[in-house]
Amino acid sequence: MAARVSLRTNLAGIQLPTPVLAASGTFGSGRELAGMVDLREVGGIVTKSVTPRPVKGMPTPRMAETPSGMLNAIGLQNPGVEAFVEKDGPFIEQAGVPVIVSIAGRSVQEFAEVAVMVSKIRGVVGIEANISCPNVERRGEVFARDPVAAADVLSTVTRMTHLPVLAKLTADVTDIVEVAQAVVRAGAHGLSLINTLLGMAIDVDAFRPRLGGVTGGLSGPAIRAVAVRCVYEVSQALPDVPIIGIGGVVDARSAVEFLLAGATAVAVGTANYFDPHATVEIARGIGEFLAAKGMSTPEDLRGRLVTPSRPQEPVYLGG
Amino acid sequence: MNRQKCEVLSAKRWGVYHSITLVAPEIAEEARPGQFVQVAMPPGRDFLLRRPFSIHQASRTGGWAGTLEIAFTAVGPGTEWLTTVEAHDSLDVVGPLGRPFPLPRAPTNCLLIGGGYGAAPLYFLGQDLRAKGSRVDMIVGAKTQERVFKPVEAKRLSVSVSTTTEDGSLGERGNVTDVLPGMMARCESKVVYACGPNGMLRAVAEYCSEQGIPSQVAVEELMACGMGVCWTCVVPVVHRDGRGWSYERSCYEGPVFSGARVWWEKWLGGRSTPVQTPPEGFRLEEMTAEGVGTWPPG
Repeated sequence: MAARVSLRTNLAGIQLPTPVLAASGTFGSGRELAGMVDLREVGGIVTKSVTPRPVKGMPTPRMAETPSGMLNAIGLQNPGVEAFVEKDGPFIEQAGVPVIVSIAGRSVQEFAEVAVMVSKIRGVVGIEANISCPNVERRGEVFARDPVAAADVLSTVTRMTHLPVLAKLTADVTDIVEVAQAVVRAGAHGLSLINTLLGMAIDVDAFRPRLGGVTGGLSGPAIRAVAVRCVYEVSQALPDVPIIGIGGVVDARSAVEFLLAGATAVAVGTANYFDPHATVEIARGIGEFLAAKGMSTPEDLRGRLVTPSRPQEPVYLGG
Repeated sequence: MNRQKCEVLSAKRWGVYHSITLVAPEIAEEARPGQFVQVAMPPGRDFLLRRPFSIHQASRTGGWAGTLEIAFTAVGPGTEWLTTVEAHDSLDVVGPLGRPFPLPRAPTNCLLIGGGYGAAPLYFLGQDLRAKGSRVDMIVGAKTQERVFKPVEAKRLSVSVSTTTEDGSLGERGNVTDVLPGMMARCESKVVYACGPNGMLRAVAEYCSEQGIPSQVAVEELMACGMGVCWTCVVPVVHRDGRGWSYERSCYEGPVFSGARVWWEKWLGGRSTPVQTPPEGFRLEEMTAEGVGTWPPG
């Protein structure tokens, strides 16, 4: 007889009804989808990133479908933190779902400004510092590419809010573990791994890039293996740090992959676009998976990955 | 906005166009002309995103009550797959989505302009306009004769119809804009509705603005979700007060916009005739590379 399954999850002190959240930029603040999806069944919502002032965003086309994924180049379009607090604040207060606000900025000061303002919204349970959006004008603004710059943002943001702060990192770095260690030392309470990977697609008939922004962020199952590897590497190095696994989660089995790699929760991104109920259905599927394995919580999957005791020696053919 | 598993009632083909009629009572009940639906693709393929289709017909009453018809041509892997769908198959559909065509408050003379399969939602619109007492005239254009969308039904629906093809294989040789001034004068049109290629919409909207006639255009921009959350399908739209502009979602604030408020130069490049006045509060540095050089003029 299988034990009763509970999906309740504690993520860096944030209580979630299920370990399946909606990833930033794929669910708004939940307002647009509230008429169709019962938000109380969603594990949590990470909002679209908010900046201090309104951002108009990139020219179109902003989207290109690619094999098993898509590229986007939105450029952080948002109405700015004041309009966000005014319009989304009241919705978040009564949404009945834990909301983590994603914040972004061009400087440490801008991150701090937004963190202070959104922390005042009741119903907000955490902050995700988006230091890894690839669609910014200057590459230097991708703080997560430099451990020192990344740590600067996190040490400031964590001082500006009483809420748990997650750092969203990119895999477009030589060593993601080094960046993860730097932001955790700076005070980050958890990590969101990973943001979209910088990519590009070309229309060969028009001889033009398929995105108005030329390059964009690749998401969907196409990047899942990279994301699982990042979660695995970081959780090996920082076993006590809670991680949200993000990248190509489309069903319960892909979610379990991240949990086995060491994630505490997962966030669904691209799948929300074609399956607005994905977060709800994946949570249900994880419950069924756990029951079938005789497990009672998602936590039971942590540390259950069986890997060779030491890395295999490379085999050189003809050596 | 609903999500429904819909049974395919029929899948037909006429000329280069395919049409699918779905049993979708909840969506059909709410659907208004100009709105669209998002159709899910089959699992296990390498194309994931739903495909948007404007609603060609939605029957709320009568023998076909609760059905919805979409029309399309096969242009990529998603629409190729849709051509293989048969009666009794099931499709996962979200809709109705977006802002419909606003109808005139009092009956008036309406000119409906469709290019290619873009004409699809205009038949649904024409029926609603006529039911409310408006006069309907139509211009239906396409590249070639076999791409003219339902010319016979256009005749049935309208007081007068003008057909254009680029090669002259049906109706007048040329574009819809070639016959637009004549039709507008003859029909004493007071409002223009258009759906079709974006370049055509721009030409129609710009002519209407010049003539001081309101135009409502249903635009097309690449879209991931269709439900207002991804912000990919945006179009630059000038604010109602004329001060400033923003990228608005063609799935949420659109797909129907006032033709006079779409900032065509910014969106499609090139220069408009007459040159569009940029919104007040406009700063040159807001222009991206593709727009620089089109403003200021000269």
